[in-house]
Amino acid sequence: MLDISDLVCRYGKVEAVKGISLSVKEGQFVVLIGANGAGKSTTLRSISGVLPPASGRMMFEGEDITRCSARDILARGIAHCPEGRRVFPAMTVDENLDMGAYLRADRGEIESDRERIFTMFPRLAERRAQVAGTLSGGEQQMLAISRAIMAKPKLIMFDEPSLGLAPNIVEQVFEIIEDIRKSGTTVLMVEQNAYSALQMCDYAYLIEAGNIVLSGTGDDLIDNEHIRKAYLGG
Amino acid sequence: MKRLFPWAVLLVFASVPLWLNDPYLLNAFITTGVFIVAAMSLNLLLGYTGQLSLGHVAFFGIGAYTSALVSLGFDVELLFGIRVVHEPWPVWSGFIIGTLVAGLFGYLVGKLSFRVRDAYFVIVSISFAEVTRLVALNWVELTQGPLALTSIPPLTLGLPGIGYFDFYSKQSNYYLVLGVLVISYVIISRLVKSRIGRAMVALKENESLAVSVGIDVTRYLVLAAVISAGMAGAAGSLYAHYLKIIDPDVFLFLYTITMVIMVVTGGKGTLAGPIVGGLIFGFIPVIARSFAAPEVQWILYGAFMILILFVLPQGIVPAIEKWFGVSNEADEARQNTPSSAKTQDAS
Repeated sequence: MLDISDLVCRYGKVEAVKGISLSVKEGQFVVLIGANGAGKSTTLRSISGVLPPASGRMMFEGEDITRCSARDILARGIAHCPEGRRVFPAMTVDENLDMGAYLRADRGEIESDRERIFTMFPRLAERRAQVAGTLSGGEQQMLAISRAIMAKPKLIMFDEPSLGLAPNIVEQVFEIIEDIRKSGTTVLMVEQNAYSALQMCDYAYLIEAGNIVLSGTGDDLIDNEHIRKAYLGG
Repeated sequence: MKRLFPWAVLLVFASVPLWLNDPYLLNAFITTGVFIVAAMSLNLLLGYTGQLSLGHVAFFGIGAYTSALVSLGFDVELLFGIRVVHEPWPVWSGFIIGTLVAGLFGYLVGKLSFRVRDAYFVIVSISFAEVTRLVALNWVELTQGPLALTSIPPLTLGLPGIGYFDFYSKQSNYYLVLGVLVISYVIISRLVKSRIGRAMVALKENESLAVSVGIDVTRYLVLAAVISAGMAGAAGSLYAHYLKIIDPDVFLFLYTITMVIMVVTGGKGTLAGPIVGGLIFGFIPVIARSFAAPEVQWILYGAFMILILFVLPQGIVPAIEKWFGVSNEADEARQNTPSSAKTQDAS
């Protein structure tokens, strides 16, 4: 579904991603793990078109999307749920969801998706007229995820969905992501919480200093000596 | 009640020329009205997209000069001996062309600077205003330079066979400005409540997130700049045909500052903000004149501005709405949520 080859991304002169190749198959749950600053988020930003790549090639459903704009990529079916529970703080929950569906024109379906989200997240339904900035951290993350769902993507990318959340909320967020995957959406997730991520996924890539150093099924990586030492705490 | 309020305000202002016979005060109302239109146009950029144009007077002045020149006619020699002669056109066409030309310059400045925006846009807009002022000052053949364009005809409306009406008297100019103000208000309120407006607010709040939900940021910023510049140009045109004389001083930085003060004190990002701020700062000099010396007037002006910003940092309109609980719960929380509560940028 998504095939990336030799992706290089730069912030000015700094090369954050140094030639990554990875692929995500339809229906798969793929994770990228790695330390802070390894280039995981940069990879996602590049796929979503927010940060145009310096070189390399990205194919989505057989079409080249390397030079596409963020708008175009979203329209093709890749949604990005950025790091840090990003919501529009001064907009209401409802308005945030509207922004998620910004490129969609199918009004009837947008409304049914909205209702579906509200049954998934009753907390958001209660707060639909409240501005997002006043929600709790967990609620904001739910909203950010919901907003990405509202784009009705084929592939949804999560960037550190557990960051800064209380442990019980983290569990809830992971369950939701599992649900999204079960509903047929392909998932690409960046996560520091390596153990949970590896347990959930079908396939995983380890990024170190802008390069992919390991890949395999989640179980393979959990058993890997290097990963045990460096990322799973022995 | 809330729905009727704007109509009541409009009614009050529509009645002003009926009971106010003092030409000086009527003049103050007209020029204030012109500047309110300009401030409203600035508010579209500053309040709704968060981009500060510190050269907004350029669009105002371009509208004024274009409109005046279209209706006066000109005869200029360009490079390589090319001579451009323009016979005077009807004044209403000057108003429309002035608006369009100002909008066109809004497009150019926006296209140039919105790829980088923020501080760069501020700088580009200031420089642009300075360049336009120098052009107006030095291209004597076209603009008469410091000698000013004089005998600018009043705006005339009418159809062949039905008759013409010229906006010569103060009363008629008052209604003309009020009409343009109402139209501008309706355009802006429609715009900000539309999909486009929501996109503008989204990109002001969190640009990279706006990009990731599929908003073409540059396109909407440029669109806002075009509408804003066009509206400022329309205000400039009204100004030129009302004063009947226009000189390069119309490009003074002071006028931009006046617009910014009107927007910020009234409440940026609110529909009524520029109107309230505009009325206050349009009339402070008028009121202060009756009891204070000229130097003291400006001190009062500054002191009052500082007082408002100190006591009501969000501006007057948001404060009033909060006070009377006019706004619904969401709007209220909106004002309490600093839009700077952006989450840190991803690495």
